[in-house]
Amino acid sequence: MFSQLRTLWTVFLHLFHRRVTVQYPEQKPDLPPRYRGRIILSRDPDGEERCVACYLCAVACPVDCIALQKAERPDGRWYPAFFRINFSRCIFCGYCEEACPTDAIQLTPDFEMSEYLRPNLVYEKRDLLISGPGKYPGYNFYRIAGLAIAGKDKGEAAAEEPPVDVRGLLP
Amino acid sequence: MEMTVQISIDGRAVTVAAGDNLLRACLSLGYDLPYFCWHPALGSVGACRQCAVKQIHGDGDRRSGRIVMACMTPVAEGMRIAIADPEARAFRAGVIEWLMTNHPHDCPVCPEGGECHLQDMTVMTGHVRRRYRFTKRTFRNQYLGPFLQHEMNRCIACYRCVRFYRDYAGGRDFDVFATHRDVYFGRHADGVLDSEFAGNLAEICPTGVFTDKPLETDYARKWDLRGAPSLCVHCGLGCNTTVNARAGRLRRVLNRYHPAVNGYFLCDRGRFGHGFTTSGQRLRAPLLRGRPVPPDQALARISDILAQGTAIGIGSPRASLEANFALRHLVGPANFHLGLPAAEARQMAAIRRITAGPVTIAPISEAERADAVLVLGEDLPNTAPRLALALRQAVREGSFVFAETLGIPRWHEAAVRTAAQPVRSPLIVATPAATRLDDVAARAARLAPDDIARLGFAIAHALDGGAPAVPGLPADLAALAEDAARALAEAHRPLVVTGTGCASSAVIEAAANITLALHRRGRPGARFHPVVPACNSQGLALMGGRSLDDALAALAAGTAETLIALETDLYRCAAAADVDTALAAARHVIVLDQVRTPTTDRADIILPAAAFAEADGTLVSNEGRAQRFVQAFVPAGAIRESWRWLRDAGIAAGRPDFAGWTGLDEVTAACAHHLPDMAAIVGAAPPASFRIAGARIAREPSRTSGRTALAAEISVHEAKPPDDPDTPLAFTMEGYYGPMPPALLPYAWAPGWNSVQAINKFQQEVGGDLLGGPPGCRLIEPRPDATASYGGGVPAAFAARAGQWLIVPMHEVFGSDELSRLAPAVAERVPAPYLALADGDAARLGLGEGDAVILELAGASLSLTARIGLGLPGGLAGLFPALPALPAWGIVAKGSALA
Ligand code: SF4
Ligand code: SF4
Ligand code: SF4
Ligand code: SF4
Ligand code: FES
Repeated sequence: MFSQLRTLWTVFLHLFHRRVTVQYPEQKPDLPPRYRGRIILSRDPDGEERCVACYLCAVACPVDCIALQKAERPDGRWYPAFFRINFSRCIFCGYCEEACPTDAIQLTPDFEMSEYLRPNLVYEKRDLLISGPGKYPGYNFYRIAGLAIAGKDKGEAAAEEPPVDVRGLLP
Repeated sequence: MEMTVQISIDGRAVTVAAGDNLLRACLSLGYDLPYFCWHPALGSVGACRQCAVKQIHGDGDRRSGRIVMACMTPVAEGMRIAIADPEARAFRAGVIEWLMTNHPHDCPVCPEGGECHLQDMTVMTGHVRRRYRFTKRTFRNQYLGPFLQHEMNRCIACYRCVRFYRDYAGGRDFDVFATHRDVYFGRHADGVLDSEFAGNLAEICPTGVFTDKPLETDYARKWDLRGAPSLCVHCGLGCNTTVNARAGRLRRVLNRYHPAVNGYFLCDRGRFGHGFTTSGQRLRAPLLRGRPVPPDQALARISDILAQGTAIGIGSPRASLEANFALRHLVGPANFHLGLPAAEARQMAAIRRITAGPVTIAPISEAERADAVLVLGEDLPNTAPRLALALRQAVREGSFVFAETLGIPRWHEAAVRTAAQPVRSPLIVATPAATRLDDVAARAARLAPDDIARLGFAIAHALDGGAPAVPGLPADLAALAEDAARALAEAHRPLVVTGTGCASSAVIEAAANITLALHRRGRPGARFHPVVPACNSQGLALMGGRSLDDALAALAAGTAETLIALETDLYRCAAAADVDTALAAARHVIVLDQVRTPTTDRADIILPAAAFAEADGTLVSNEGRAQRFVQAFVPAGAIRESWRWLRDAGIAAGRPDFAGWTGLDEVTAACAHHLPDMAAIVGAAPPASFRIAGARIAREPSRTSGRTALAAEISVHEAKPPDDPDTPLAFTMEGYYGPMPPALLPYAWAPGWNSVQAINKFQQEVGGDLLGGPPGCRLIEPRPDATASYGGGVPAAFAARAGQWLIVPMHEVFGSDELSRLAPAVAERVPAPYLALADGDAARLGLGEGDAVILELAGASLSLTARIGLGLPGGLAGLFPALPALPAWGIVAKGSALA
C-alpha cells in the first residue's frame, strides 16, 4: 500500500521535471563526435584520398557489408578503384574505423539516412569520400610508411635514413 | 623401420626421428616455434637466430640450461628442451624486435599482408609494441621483370632468397650485396631475373620483399581469395597448384605441396601462365559462324549436324580425361582421333613400350634422389622445368652421402656444402643445343638427334652386351658411352630421362634399351622418366585413338562430314596445307576451346570451354599419375567445361546414355568403366558425395569479406551461391575446414599460420608426406614379368648436307606452351622467333647473333633472327617456335624476306 502511494507520488512529481523528449526533426539532437552514424572516407592533410585499399575494414566488418578493389597509381600509391558500403546491412558497430590503419574510414554523428528503397542505401566511393580529414586532422599514412610515392622518395618518410649505397664499402 | 629417439619437450616425453634437427621435430609435433631462415627444402644455416629453445643440462632443475638454435641442433636420445622457457621466449621476442627495427610501416600497402610469415612470427613471439625510436635504414628497389615486385625495405636478411635462387635453383644473376645491416638482396643492376624459378621467391621470402606482380594488378588479400586444389596445365609434370579467385576472376596460382611431385616449388610458366584465362584471346560465348548465340541455339544446331552424317572427333592432350572421353563417347571410339602430330604420336607409342615394361617411372621426388642421371635429347629447363630443378638437387646426392660419412646430416646445409665441395653425382646431358642444366652436368654433349640415339644405344650395349651394338661410333662418343654406362652401372638409383623434346623416336628407343639393360643388370633402383609435351599427353596416349592423319584424310576424302575438335589447334599438329584442305572439305567444323586459335578462326561453331580453374577433371602426368583438378569459380557468360558441352550435345542429339552424366563423377566412372587402363582414376580424389562432419569443404576462408556488398550495386538481395554437383567442395565460406584428404585442400591455413607455411600443419612431418597420403593415383606401374626385348632400330650417324640444314625444334619455357604464352606477363618473356645455328655455320653465312635470317622449309619461307653460341653441331639448326613437321631439312640464308 505504501509502495503504491510512493509510486504515484513519484510519477506525479515528474510533471514538474524538465522534458527529455526531443522534438525531432524540428529540434536536432546534440550528438558527440564519437557517435557511430553514417560512414565517410576522409582525405589526408595533403588533400589526397586516405584509403589505401588495405581491405582491413572489409575483413573486420561483421556483416561483410564493405567491398572494395585495390588499384595502384603509376607512382605506386594504393587506392580503392571502387569502395562500396551496403548500409542496408551495416550495423554501425564501428569495427571498420577501429581496423583502419590510415584513419580513412570514420563514423560520423549523422544518422539521417533513411530511404524507401534498399538499393539507395548502397553507397559508392563518390557518396562516401569527403573533402577533409574528418575527426583526425593530422595523420598522413604515406608520410610514415616506407612505400615511395610521388613527392616522397625512399628515405623521405618519417624517421628514415637516406637510401643505402649498396656499393659503398664503409663499415 | 625408421630409427627414433626419445626426447622431452617442455616436460612432455616425445618420440622423434633420429638424425633430425630439433626445429623440424618440434614443428612436426605441432609445436609453434618461430623460424625464418630454415626451410624444409633448403635445410638449416642458423642465420636468423629466431628458432631459439633452451636445452636443459643433465637432469637438474628446469632453469639451468643454454639457449640453442633448434634448426642447428640434432636431436639426441634423452635430450631435454624447453620451448616455453621464459629465457628462450625473451630471446625470441628480442630477435623479432631487432629484425623489426628497420621495418617500414608498410603492412596496409604490402601485398604480403595477411599471409606474411613475418607478421605471423611477430604475433607468435608476442612483440606488439615498437620501442625503437631511432631512424630506419632504407633501400632503393629494383625492376626485376614482369613476374616479381621488389620492396627491399621489408627485408629481414634471412638469406632464404639467395639460398634458393643461387644454391638451389642455380641462378647466377641474383645475389646479396653490401655489408652489415645494409645487406641488399637483388641483382647487380635493374633487369629481368633470368631464372625460370624466380617466381618461387614470392613464397620463399618470409616477408613482402618479393611479391607476385601480376596479382598486384588485380589484387585481393588471402582471406578474400576463394581457393581450389588445381593442377598446372602448362607441361606434362602435373605440378599441384592452388588457384585463387575472387569476384569471378582468377587472381593467382600458388604452389600446392605434393611430396612426390612438385614439393614446394613451381616454375614461372606454371605460376604466371594463368593469365591466358583473362587474355584478349579468350572465347566467352558460343559462336555460330562468328555470331554470338545462346547455348541452346548452338546445341540445337549441333544436334542437327550430328543427325546428318558421320562426325569425327579430335581429342586433345591439354583437355581432361573426362572431356576427351566425352568426345570419344559422342563420336564413337572408331571415329576418335588423337590431336597429336603424327611424329609425336609415334614417340608417345615408343614411350608406352617402355612404360609397359619392367622399369618404374620416377616421380620427381625420386628423380631428386637419383645418384646418376642420363638425359637423352631433352632440354629439361625448357620442356619440364620442375624436373630440371629436381635434377639440380640430384647432382648433390653424392655430396650428401659423402657428408654422412663425416657425420654431417643432410639438413646441415652449409656444412654439407663446405665439406663436400667438389663431390657431385654424375649428370650426363646429350641434347642438340646447350641447356641451362649443363653447368652442373658432368658431361654435356651436343649432338644431332640420330647421334643422341646412337649414343644411347651404345650405352645400352656397354651395360649389357645383349643389347644391339652401334657400328661405326666415333671414338669420342664411344668413350662417352663407356663413361655414362659406368656411371649408371655404379649407381644405386640411376635415372634415365628422355622424351618427345628432340622429336625422335629413335632417342626414346635408345632410352628404352638403357632402362632394360639396367634392369637386366639387376638394378631394382633404376628409374625412367618420360617427358611429354602437354598436361594430359599421357592420359590421351592411354586412352588411345586413331592418328590425326587419318582424321585429316577422312575429312579430305569426304568420308566424314563433320569435325569436332576438342581444345586442339590443328595448325600446331599438322602442316598448314593439309589442315586447310581438310577443313575446307569438312561440311561442318565444330571447335571447343578456351582461346582463339587459327583453328577456331576456321570453325562454323565455336563453344567456349572452361579453363583449368573454371573446371573439374582428371589429368595424367608424365609419371602416369592421375590427378584431379577442382574448379575455383563459375565463369561468367556461357563458358562451360568441355565435357558438359559434349554431354549437352549428346543429350540434344537424343542420346540417352548422356542423360545420366549429371556430374563429373558419372563421367569419370564411365571413362574408368570403358577403358580398363583407367579403372583407377575414380580414386584420384574423393567423390562429390564425400562429406566431413556432414558438410562440404568450404572453398572460401571463414574471414572472406564483402559478401553483402560485392554485388550490391546490381542487387541488394544476395544471390544464391552456385551449387557444385561435381566436387565435395562448397563455393562459399559455409562448410568444413580442417584436416581433410589433401586432394581437396582448397588453401592452407592454420590458427597463427596465415602464410604459405601453414602447409606444415597438413604434413605428417614437415617437408614429408601429407596427412591423408599423396593425392592422385599412379596408372602406370612396372610389370616385372613383362617380356621386354631390346629394340634394334639403331639409326645411321647424322651426316651434314651441303647447303642444307637439319631443322630441329627448340623449346622455350616461356613461349613453347600454347596457353601460357598468352598470359601478358609471360608474353613479355617470350623470345622473338629465332633460328639457332652452329657457330661455324653462322660464321660461314656471315651471320651474327640477332641478325635477320631466312629459313626455307617445306615450301614456306620464314623470317627469323639468328642465335649463335648454343653449341649446336654443324649442319643442324634449331627453330623456335617449333613446327609440327620437324625435324626436316631446310635452307638457311642471310637477310630478311621480301616484304
Ligand atoms: S581499413 Fe581504411 S585504408 Fe584500409 S581499406 Fe578500409 S578504409 Fe581503406
Ligand atoms: S613484409 Fe609482412 S610485416 Fe612487413 S610490411 Fe609486409 S606484411 Fe607487413
Ligand atoms: S629478401 Fe626475403 S628471403 Fe631474402 S633475405 Fe630478405 S627477407 Fe629473407
Ligand atoms: S609448367 Fe610444368 S614444371 Fe612448370 S609448374 Fe607447370 S607442371 Fe610444373
Ligand atoms: S630458423 Fe633457426 S636460426 Fe633461422
